[in-house]
Amino acid sequence: MDLMEKNLELVEIQKLEGHTDRVWSVAWNPVSSQADGVSPILASCSGDNTVRIWEQSSLSRSWTCKTVLEETHTRTVRSCAWSPSGQLLATASFDGTTGIWKNYGSEFDCISTLEGHENEVKSVSWNASGSHLATCSRDKSVWIWEVLEGNEYDCAAVLTGHTQDVKMVQWHPTMDVLFSCSYDNTIKVWWSEDDDGEYQCVQTLGESNNGHSSTVWSISFNAAGDKMVTCSDDLTLKIWGTDIARMQSGEDYAPWIHLCTLSGYHDRTIYSAHWSRDDIIASGAGDNAIRLFVDSKDDSVDGPSYNLLLKKNKAHENDVNSVQWSPGEGNRLLASASDDGMVKIWQLATKP
Amino acid sequence: MTLGLINANPVVQAKKERLVRREDQYRDDGVDPLEIYEYVRDIRDPEHPYTLEQLSVLSEESVTVDEKLDRILIMFTPTIQHCSMANIIGLCLRAKLKECLPLHYKVDIRVSPGSHADEVSVNKQLNDKERVAAALENPNLRQLVDECIYSAEI
Repeated sequence: MDLMEKNLELVEIQKLEGHTDRVWSVAWNPVSSQADGVSPILASCSGDNTVRIWEQSSLSRSWTCKTVLEETHTRTVRSCAWSPSGQLLATASFDGTTGIWKNYGSEFDCISTLEGHENEVKSVSWNASGSHLATCSRDKSVWIWEVLEGNEYDCAAVLTGHTQDVKMVQWHPTMDVLFSCSYDNTIKVWWSEDDDGEYQCVQTLGESNNGHSSTVWSISFNAAGDKMVTCSDDLTLKIWGTDIARMQSGEDYAPWIHLCTLSGYHDRTIYSAHWSRDDIIASGAGDNAIRLFVDSKDDSVDGPSYNLLLKKNKAHENDVNSVQWSPGEGNRLLASASDDGMVKIWQLATKP
Repeated sequence: MTLGLINANPVVQAKKERLVRREDQYRDDGVDPLEIYEYVRDIRDPEHPYTLEQLSVLSEESVTVDEKLDRILIMFTPTIQHCSMANIIGLCLRAKLKECLPLHYKVDIRVSPGSHADEVSVNKQLNDKERVAAALENPNLRQLVDECIYSAEI
């Protein structure tokens, strides 16, 4: 299907009100949103120190707040991430801890608290198998945690190399390769060559390799895992690619190479970028806008290029901090979180 | 603090008269630069018992407003090039304006060009809203900021 041919629009399905401060991040439960007949579930976290769990009613299709996770984190909850099984939710907080919450269906209990970072934890990510977690902090370090029996979590590695505040960590969607981005303007790739858990920084994508010239805020991968999008305070999005087959064959590390830069689409810091399963890149920024991009499929000598598919100005009344596509195939829901305290659910639809 | 003062002998100006406002040339729901200046002129310096206006850290020319885009830019001038208080002054400006302004305004805060030895890094930090939010959640920093922005009422 050629997306560019279609007359698409981003329709606001519902505005989810409840948080009493800016909403930093949203995360779709990977299981609930994929299975047929199971209601999609979304988590959101905020400067009000809480996490809210939202569920769509299968009857009315409307979204309601199912539960509020509170009285555990004492400061801002900056980001949250569901385990691949959808059973656990990890929450990264400015209070310096990472909470692990177990989903008992109707309620959530905090079953573990990961302590170790010196100050604010900014991001948390599960690897594809759910055996490891990564966290990062203003203390410039990235930690890898091993999930053990009985709700125990062991620090498996402390990775140092960034020279500033680490903004986000993100595991590769299929392989145990970890990515981090920072206030030091770089993206670092961490990999254990011998599979022995000795993670090393194998690549640094900085300004000298066509990288960003200011803080890098977020990283996302396409479904195949051979392309990555990053976004930055330098007002650009950058697309990177790698030889995924070489990496998967176990031959050696296949470096990531800059493919193209999308600039001129946002005029304030781009806080979030997310690649959907059907290859649409969403971006959210400090200009209150959401933008969608697709591969132009032009096989030019300069490599791939991406076209603006859609622009949604005034998506929120203030900065858009997070955009996340639902994991389900076909329904194309997008969730966004903003400094205006709202979470919004959008549907990508064909104009009537 | 037991440390010596960063700038022991600042130049202090007399307090200025409040400006008489002309006809409001700005739209009713908007803000004008003078209104914003009124909010911030009396913020106390983090290390001296004087206001930012008295120390010429701020003046009426410090504030510019882009009405169309609801964007506000404040340029302040630290009293000395190596002022380690520049970040605190910036935090005070952010905290004060967050209280006074409607939510949809976007505020950029910078030191005046050439006024600080670490201009680029100070500007970067003051405009990273995540770092600003974290700093304002830190009880020690919050107390310092509150003392500066509520000094007139103390």
